Amino acid sequence: MPIAIAIALLVFGSVAFHLFSPWWRTPLASNWSSIDSALDVTLWICAAAFVLLNLFLAWVLIRYRHRAGHRAHYEPENSSLEKRLTIWTAIAVAGLLAPGLVAWAKYVSVPQEAAIVEAVGQQWQWAFRYPGPDGVLGAAAVKYVTPDNVLGLDPLDPFGRDDLLVEAGDLHLPIGKPVKMVLRSKDVLHDFYVPEFRAKMDLVPGIVTYFWMTPTKTGTFDILCAELCGTGHHEMRGKVVVESPKAFANWQAQQVSFGQILADAPPAALSAMLVRASACSVPGQAIATAFPTANDIIRSAR
Amino acid sequence: MATTLADDLRPLHHPHSWVTRYVWSQDHKVIAIQYSCTAISIGLVALVLSALMRLQLGFPGSFPAIQPDNYLQFVSMHGMIMVVYLLTALLLGGFGNYLIPLMIGARDMVFPFVNMLSYWLYLLSVIVLVTGFFVPGGPTGAGWTLYPPQAISEGTPGHQWGIVTMLVSLAIFVVAFTMGGLNYVTTVLQARTKGMTLMRMPLSVWGIFTASVMGLLAFPALFVAAIMMLFDHLAGTSFFMPTMQSMGRITPTEGGSPLLFQHLFWFFGHPEVYIVALPAFGIVSDLISVHARRNIFGYRMMVWAIVIIGALSFVVWAHHMYVSGMNPYFGFFFATSTLVIAVPTAIKVYNWLLTLWRGDIHLRVPMLFAIAFIFTFIHGGLSGLFLGNVSVDVPLSDTFFVVAHFHMVMGVSPVLVIFGAIYHWYPKIFGRMWNETLGKLHFWITFLGVYAIFLPMHYLGILGVPRRYYALGETAFIPQSVHLANEWISIAALIVFAAQGLFFINMIWSLFRGPKADPNPWGAASLEWLTPDTPPAHGNWGAKLPVVYRWAYDYSVPGAPRDFIPQTEPRA
Repeated sequence: MPIAIAIALLVFGSVAFHLFSPWWRTPLASNWSSIDSALDVTLWICAAAFVLLNLFLAWVLIRYRHRAGHRAHYEPENSSLEKRLTIWTAIAVAGLLAPGLVAWAKYVSVPQEAAIVEAVGQQWQWAFRYPGPDGVLGAAAVKYVTPDNVLGLDPLDPFGRDDLLVEAGDLHLPIGKPVKMVLRSKDVLHDFYVPEFRAKMDLVPGIVTYFWMTPTKTGTFDILCAELCGTGHHEMRGKVVVESPKAFANWQAQQVSFGQILADAPPAALSAMLVRASACSVPGQAIATAFPTANDIIRSAR
Repeated sequence: MATTLADDLRPLHHPHSWVTRYVWSQDHKVIAIQYSCTAISIGLVALVLSALMRLQLGFPGSFPAIQPDNYLQFVSMHGMIMVVYLLTALLLGGFGNYLIPLMIGARDMVFPFVNMLSYWLYLLSVIVLVTGFFVPGGPTGAGWTLYPPQAISEGTPGHQWGIVTMLVSLAIFVVAFTMGGLNYVTTVLQARTKGMTLMRMPLSVWGIFTASVMGLLAFPALFVAAIMMLFDHLAGTSFFMPTMQSMGRITPTEGGSPLLFQHLFWFFGHPEVYIVALPAFGIVSDLISVHARRNIFGYRMMVWAIVIIGALSFVVWAHHMYVSGMNPYFGFFFATSTLVIAVPTAIKVYNWLLTLWRGDIHLRVPMLFAIAFIFTFIHGGLSGLFLGNVSVDVPLSDTFFVVAHFHMVMGVSPVLVIFGAIYHWYPKIFGRMWNETLGKLHFWITFLGVYAIFLPMHYLGILGVPRRYYALGETAFIPQSVHLANEWISIAALIVFAAQGLFFINMIWSLFRGPKADPNPWGAASLEWLTPDTPPAHGNWGAKLPVVYRWAYDYSVPGAPRDFIPQTEPRA
């Protein structure tokens, strides 16, 4: 008897907890309301099943508790009941799967007009890169990384010259414009996670991953790392500022391009970068062939 | 059933001394107890680790001895120990070993010597695992999933030696499991007594049998992943290692794929969930049927559900990887296959409820645990639909929602079944009865306590609180109330932690002082309760093997004098 009451109380208690809990998802700040509604549909179907099944359990425990002289009913199978239950379950499952798959179909189709922004993770900080006026991110890889080329851009790739690098600041995004976040890790796995955007994706060293979204609310939001990345995992924080297109344009105008970095770099730093970029494996030779190219780069950057 | 008779004529390996009887034993019952005691002992280590984690999360800053490195090591070791070294070993090595021969009417496993080796290798794997706590740098802190590159890179605790002991231990465990698993499968297929057809076996045997087959197919993926990572770490190969930056230097590794490891890990890891769940499903079916004095409802459907769940669980692994960076189009397939599993799983829940329905329910301690399992499993199963439903998983993955879900469904639920099963079979295993009051007290604190722990965690996860965080720090979207919730959860966890003392006191005290148990105290119909001796002697059945005439669920048959008919009773 106490167990039946306990189960009924736990059911009502869980519903009350849901209704009065101060913890619920953060206010949505992106276009992913379809994810929220898929969660709502899932929640309602699951909540109905939870309440019905457990209240049935509580009722059965009281109604069929052991009493002297009482005997159980012998019925090995009831195939029509089993069939009906199977069909209703399949319908309920399809009912929550459908909105989930519809939302996923949107999640995997990046709009043509989406702007590209890169987030680069390393233990335990974030950096960002914008493609600049040409709209194309220059080639980049860990093998190009030097102390003066922290994000590992290929110094020989002309598409990279106008890329804007944000190595220590916040990520800025204009409101209302779809953005494809391309993600790259320099060391271990990370995960770009802004709870208010709903979207998240792992950063995997060796490959480039992505997701897309449209920011719909101005403000500053926390970027967290959501994939265990070592001792400092919980301290790998960043900020994303969503602002009006005008404010965004002003901010972008103040950012430093890779071409400027190349122009300002002392020759030794440049040659270090070019050694990394060169296919040639003999260091002396690499530097010898690299220097004229370095001058070209400096000229073109100015 | 010619094999059965031939098997009966084959001489058993008889022990000649205390050492061969209790230490180097080939008796499945002794091996089962060895497996269980080792698994529970290492499980206690994992339980202590969870208490330490909760101290840090509930009262951050109050325990300066717990640093981020320690915290991650606690997380990793707690997870791996609980899933592999406690649950898998206890449900298959412990209950599988004890129950299979007794429930199918065999004298022992078909390969008793291999069975003995299986236990000793398992013990070796546990010892190697424990050495991880004492090597320089401590045990691995890469999370129980051991994802490379971080598992073997600078910046992760235990990346030098701890990860090596972990991987070596896992490889040994897989060898031990393979020996045990081949035994369980072969014994079920070859050593059933006369009349024990497959469709007359108790569901416990079906659950353990299917889980063993799955283990034989899934564990090799873990084995190769462990060996490949050992090569990456010790021999400089690049199976899982791309070119990356480590401590300011570019590594010499090139071209490896961290995602390959994740696929291998979860190709093992997802079936592993069901390797733990299916024996629990089977055992709880028997507990419910016996204590409700009612046949299990829809037996054939229950058997097929076990087999179908087992088969489907091999095509859902990437639902752990929706946001891993794999091709996102895989999400459609894996979400669908994952939610299809919900159907046979729901059928099992319905049939447990329908077994209770119109029953004659005796609320003894094992039954209380079985009922609590139904409640927690419904909860955990339903929260799984959120995470399987690909787009809903995106905001929830890597948050406390995931922690709450998998603890409900594959932590709390199987553990409740294990407690129920220990209370249920204890009188047969040791011939003595435990204390009812202590048992009920243990039940109530554990059941209500775990719900108080895990229900709020779901909501923290929906809010977005990430998992595997040493401290939440100052985060705009996390209000002060979350810290209060963490305190509350930690207090509940510590109470549940302490309450497990009641269980151990009860079990150990009853071993010596408990009243002598009736050979069949619950009036069960299955074979293990019909042994001539209690506890069953070596060889189980005395001079003659039992002959089976009916299924294991003839309870409250109309017209029968008692409310159960043993499987050995001929049909009229």
